[in-house]
Amino acid sequence: MPKTIPKDSVGIVTPQCLHFDEPLTLRSGKAIASYDLMVETYGTLNAAKSNAILICHALSGDHHAAGYHTDADGKPGWWDTCIGPGKPIDTSQFFVVCLNNLGGCAGSTGPTSLNPETGTFYGPDFPVVTVRDWVNSQLRLMHRLGIAQWAAVIGGSLGGMQVMRWSISYPEKMRHAIMIAVAPKLSAQNIAFNEVARQSITADPNFHNGRYLEHGTYPKKGVMLARMVGHITYLSDSAMREKFGKTVDDLTNPSATSPSIKSNFGRDLRSGKLSFGLDTDFQVESYLHYQGERFSERFDANTYLLMTKALDYFDPSVDYEGDLARTFANSNCRFLLISFSSDWRFPPERTREIVDALLEARKPVSYLEIEADQGHDAFLLPVPRYMEALTTYLQRVSDEVNSQGAKS
Amino acid sequence: MMRPDLDIIQHWIAPGSRVLDLGCGDGGLLEYLKNTRQISEIGLEIDANNIQKCLSKGVNVIEQNLNKGLQNFGDKSFDTVLLTQTLQAVNYPDVVIDEMLRIGRNCIVTFPNFGNWRSRLYLLRKGRMPVSKFMPYQWYDTPNIHFCTVRDFDVLCREKGIKVITRTVVDHLHQGNWYIKLWPNLLGETAIYHISR
Repeated sequence: MPKTIPKDSVGIVTPQCLHFDEPLTLRSGKAIASYDLMVETYGTLNAAKSNAILICHALSGDHHAAGYHTDADGKPGWWDTCIGPGKPIDTSQFFVVCLNNLGGCAGSTGPTSLNPETGTFYGPDFPVVTVRDWVNSQLRLMHRLGIAQWAAVIGGSLGGMQVMRWSISYPEKMRHAIMIAVAPKLSAQNIAFNEVARQSITADPNFHNGRYLEHGTYPKKGVMLARMVGHITYLSDSAMREKFGKTVDDLTNPSATSPSIKSNFGRDLRSGKLSFGLDTDFQVESYLHYQGERFSERFDANTYLLMTKALDYFDPSVDYEGDLARTFANSNCRFLLISFSSDWRFPPERTREIVDALLEARKPVSYLEIEADQGHDAFLLPVPRYMEALTTYLQRVSDEVNSQGAKS
Repeated sequence: MMRPDLDIIQHWIAPGSRVLDLGCGDGGLLEYLKNTRQISEIGLEIDANNIQKCLSKGVNVIEQNLNKGLQNFGDKSFDTVLLTQTLQAVNYPDVVIDEMLRIGRNCIVTFPNFGNWRSRLYLLRKGRMPVSKFMPYQWYDTPNIHFCTVRDFDVLCREKGIKVITRTVVDHLHQGNWYIKLWPNLLGETAIYHISR
């Protein structure tokens, strides 16, 4: 289906696969002897190589953050709302780099890659990778691209955790850290949801202890379930009421005047009546099935397990006896943090923990709490105030880049 | 143009110091102090438009309601804490002052002096709450819920054992003539206090 590409899109993009031969020692003590990273870049690196921005992806993201792979692509990259010419992360100003993280399933070395030692798929043998390991691999990518310092490192959710790790581990390698919808570490509730997701996958009879590829099968049901429970945590109660409460008039007495009757609490029916059986009655159910189904077609089960583990393990304060302020002691960039009012996965209070630690560490920090109904997902959506804030902040970053260029 | 109180304030800010501005508005004062005093700054603000303006000025701004407390700021974590033309709009002015003195080594508070002769005359003549260009609100829709006079603030400082380093009271041309110095509570329009514990 050919389509016209919008003017503010980066257009057709081609990912590149970069090979790294130097072994990468992981936090677990294991090492990956050699690996590939799938990378996409948008915009042009300036002569001083000072206008580069690294985008870190979240749980289900990959290197394809913006633009289209072919004319026939139905959907652009996962953060196309934010990345493009004239968009908040303006590709006419910045050179934007995004990669698929190690352990991923979109081209970088991961569980679906062949293990050179065994000649078969890594599968469950792929080592557990942490946020720190990802950032170390991103540093190598940075060197490969000839970039000495990022103008900014940006990410939401698990991506924001990578930004945090960058600011702690490599303070001299970045000028701005932008973290969106993020927490300093997972809560018991967060870990609990991840564990339900993992159990859904590992309990699928097609999982075969992670060796499903060798069995020529796939734990589709398990991945669907994992995604369904995850997806619920990305939305908010009010967003779901809104999304699945469209046919209010069909369900209520049209002459009713009470507002409480006019709202159906998001209980739109799928076929207009109850089945009085175990069929899918409500729209929200079929929506979740659809989301789970679509996700299971593109996402590897072992990668999902690895990503949730990386989330669970993330806690940069472990090296500083749990003191988050001390953790940031050496950071040398400016920080922008943004949270969303209806996000109950990483609610504003959790982001505030980072803000307060940065204040205690006497770092330059700005923080915005955006009123938004869409829950955790808001970080991927074009919420006007959020877009304006990013645009304004990054315009200053761009001005800095240009004034540095003028000086040198 | 600088607000009358702001020009005076800058002389009390040590170069390179760390400054917290409670209710920093559009970040104009902090931007000015960054340029003139090379401060490292944090502003607190709740208005989305103002926050946006702070970002465009490159002023560090935290979206936080100071009526909900300042517990997240450590003792003596700033050299100077500012509260300019905001005291009259907070829920508990005395609590905010206490918190400022905990967080900052010294503090600067400015507020419109309700004891000014114009306010007195307005109330005396009309028997109604004063409305002026400077205080353009009706009593029911004003954000200024805790007006006080220079004398009121002096009493508060005395009761709380707060040290007044400097008190400057100015008129709308931000001049402090000999007669304003003589009758600050009657002639002054803006009170500017430099205080510490």
